[in-house]
Amino acid sequence: MKFLNHLTFGQYVPSESAVHRLDPRCKILSVMVLLTGIFLASHPSVFAAWGCLLAALAALSNLPFRLVLRSAKPVLILVFFTAIIHVFFTDGTPVVEFGFVSITREGIVAAVYMGLRLLFLVLFASFLTLTTKPMELADGLERLFSPLARWGFPAHELAMMMTIALRFIPTLLDETDRIMKAQLARGAAFDRGNLWKRLKAFLPVLIPLFVIVFQRAEDLATAMEARCYRGGEGRTRMFPLRWKSSDTLAGLIVLGIVAGLVFGDRSLLS
Amino acid sequence: MSIIVEALYHTYHPGTPLETRAVENISFECGRGEWLSVVGHTGSGKSTLAQHLNGILLPERGSVTIDGMESREKSPHLREIRRSVGLVFQYPEQQLFAESVFEEIAFAPRNWGVPETGIPAIVSSSLSLAGLDESYCARSPFHLSGGEKRKVAIASVLAGTPSYLVLDEPTAGLDSWSRKELVSLLGRLKSEGLGILLVTHDLDIALQCSDSILMLDHGRGIVNDTPQKVMEHLQSCPVPGLHLPEIAALSSALRRKEPSAPLTYDWKELKRWIKNHAATEASPLTGRKS
Repeated sequence: MKFLNHLTFGQYVPSESAVHRLDPRCKILSVMVLLTGIFLASHPSVFAAWGCLLAALAALSNLPFRLVLRSAKPVLILVFFTAIIHVFFTDGTPVVEFGFVSITREGIVAAVYMGLRLLFLVLFASFLTLTTKPMELADGLERLFSPLARWGFPAHELAMMMTIALRFIPTLLDETDRIMKAQLARGAAFDRGNLWKRLKAFLPVLIPLFVIVFQRAEDLATAMEARCYRGGEGRTRMFPLRWKSSDTLAGLIVLGIVAGLVFGDRSLLS
Repeated sequence: MSIIVEALYHTYHPGTPLETRAVENISFECGRGEWLSVVGHTGSGKSTLAQHLNGILLPERGSVTIDGMESREKSPHLREIRRSVGLVFQYPEQQLFAESVFEEIAFAPRNWGVPETGIPAIVSSSLSLAGLDESYCARSPFHLSGGEKRKVAIASVLAGTPSYLVLDEPTAGLDSWSRKELVSLLGRLKSEGLGILLVTHDLDIALQCSDSILMLDHGRGIVNDTPQKVMEHLQSCPVPGLHLPEIAALSSALRRKEPSAPLTYDWKELKRWIKNHAATEASPLTGRKS
């Protein structure tokens, strides 16, 4: 039985690369530009170019390409499901027909493109978390949203919730791993029987996990209260974010590449 | 009939930047009716080693054999190994999930395929082994005290009728009375023929109760010997994160002044020596002349 002994989507991998050193705001904005660009892609050679860009980013971040690809593993099922829906529900020229179900040429093309877009979306988004510490990410988001605070937008509260959620993902995965092992040691079988039996086998994992989650949430709230946490007003930072010229340069390079790819895609299509 | 570990290696996150070697070239043997303690500082690989002993983790290199059954991927004996070696994790009370203590303890025997008619007897004997009576059966495990929850968790592992019991830091977070009770329970289980493998950083318990001690440092076994030899080793080569219990430290300090003083972790032996020495000898300890 394989346990949760692998890197997960959303995990930070420390390194001393140029991408790791960038300001989190630059990385968040760049990823948004990249995600917009990938959704406009619709030509096979442009998808190949996006793949090269991904490999270049991995090299620049000192991350093995295989590791980056592996970070998309948990969402592959979603990608596959989306592709299947496109195969069966897109109108066009039928290629295969079984009664009322038909697979169209356009459906296959749309499934491949949508699958690739989703896959690239997850891979680029995982770059953000692979190269940015959760705390920096939350700080960056808070700073980006802070102009909206004057209209009552809870920027600090949202960032704090996100920090806590990100901080506790690895902890909860560890807890799940530990409880699964403990129940397995008492003879539980998570990988045997039909779907219903397998789902039922997870009850002895879910119940203790919920108990632990609520206990931890309560402990954390008490600890924050005990240290006089009163929201973000007047709060200073130990490591304030500084936007450097390298951030501007990196942002412009990303914008230029994405604009080039989108323009190239449009030209190839026309 | 024993647990045999030979040249065992284990690495977490292999092939990633987070690769960590947790266990490196560890070998030892523990038979039924024996008590082996595995001691080491935090992060020395104790818990990883414990999980290898009942097939939760499988060897990357080397071998783990339980009563002649080798633990490896796709081994037909894996479930039998898990049944033979009961594993009590750290804070085992966090694995409780059932509505009643009875259901909690019945979880393991049901999983092992024990017929429903035999389960009440197993639950009853496991409860009594763990030092609880049958009045607990109908109670919710979530409404018990910390010490009682831990006993229920241990009883739920004993209900699988294992031949060996591996416990990962079982005394963590317990008060001194519960700790004492737990140690005496383990002593009883050992005398009934169970092999006890205690993973701990509490040298006091390890020295007092074990037949042998395996000391780990950064995933490597540095000593595997009797408690007396391990104490002598620790006195001559201290290991970071492992401190001699107060009695052993005192006897070691006395020995530096008086070479005839015993190096011991037994307070009764030390008391006897101090009494005899003070009564009969001219001693820098007492200042008395013969």
